[in-house]
Amino acid sequence: MLHLVNKSPFASTSLESCLKFATKGAPILLFEDGIYGAMSGTALEAKIKDVMKDHPVYALKEDLMARGIDVVIDGVKTIDYPGFVELVERHKTCTWS
Amino acid sequence: MKFAVLVQEGPYHHQSSDSAYQFVTAAMDKRHEIIGVFFYHDGVINSSKLADIQADDRNITKRWSEVGEKGVDLVVCIAAAKRRGINDDVLAPGFRISGLGQLTEMAIKSDRLVTFGA
Amino acid sequence: MSDVSKIMFVMRKAPYGTIYSFEGLETVLIMGAYEQDVSLLFVDDGVYSIKKGTDTTPLGIKNFSPTFRVLEGYDIEKLYIDKESMDSRGLTLDDFVVEPEVLDKEQIAKLMEEQDVLFPF
Repeated sequence: MLHLVNKSPFASTSLESCLKFATKGAPILLFEDGIYGAMSGTALEAKIKDVMKDHPVYALKEDLMARGIDVVIDGVKTIDYPGFVELVERHKTCTWS
Repeated sequence: MKFAVLVQEGPYHHQSSDSAYQFVTAAMDKRHEIIGVFFYHDGVINSSKLADIQADDRNITKRWSEVGEKGVDLVVCIAAAKRRGINDDVLAPGFRISGLGQLTEMAIKSDRLVTFGA
Repeated sequence: MSDVSKIMFVMRKAPYGTIYSFEGLETVLIMGAYEQDVSLLFVDDGVYSIKKGTDTTPLGIKNFSPTFRVLEGYDIEKLYIDKESMDSRGLTLDDFVVEPEVLDKEQIAKLMEEQDVLFPF
């Protein structure tokens, strides 16, 4: 199951809920305001690094660019829309908005 | 693969419509079949041809109509549409109004259903 | 792929403040007629959707919470609730108009993985 998170972790519990129910190994894609969770140097960085022990974490490039985020946490994979589609080819999806 | 997409938010207010459009076009570029895009909640407002968009902004409704021209079924939920003043008179090209049964069909017939919204 | 799809409605939003829960319920009622394997999960603020004693009369908003009771008549009997969401909001099964099965997060995670389609409302 691919988990889609589009809300800022600083404003919403979407990422929290997603993490609560995501099974080990399930990928998480941060997009729209969700990408703020992928930014390097925030108070959440340690938590996201912890999450990456159990889940591949992706951030959508177009949304990072739109928000002026250049540096993501080490280990977060940046993908574009074609990459998003490829993830969906491999997994059913669950949206946490 | 057969993809279906659910759009739950109105255009411009949320990014959901933009994200859904980008996803749909990227999937079509990869030769996936989009069996339908279903517009629900305020998402039904995506279908209104009454929107008057400034030249320096994207026209979300027009973009969907272009997707519709390529054969993608753009379905607007009738119950949600009625509540929000959307009917056949204001429907942009490519959209059609139908029931939640269509969303059910998309859920059953698609390999993947992706929700953008809320 | 089997003829029957496993479709889960993930009710995550509180009722009345926004329309997601109400229109989500409308979708559930339609899909119930298609003889699919439909289930509902109440999680996060979605647990408030089935709170007893709702009275929307002063607001004039349709009081749809009791409507969750009719699901059984639509052959939708798989109702689940996240224990943590319920506990953290100070609610117990006595507070609800229906009686969902109480699951922990591991059980819910497993159930979600089994679904063909998940609809968030």
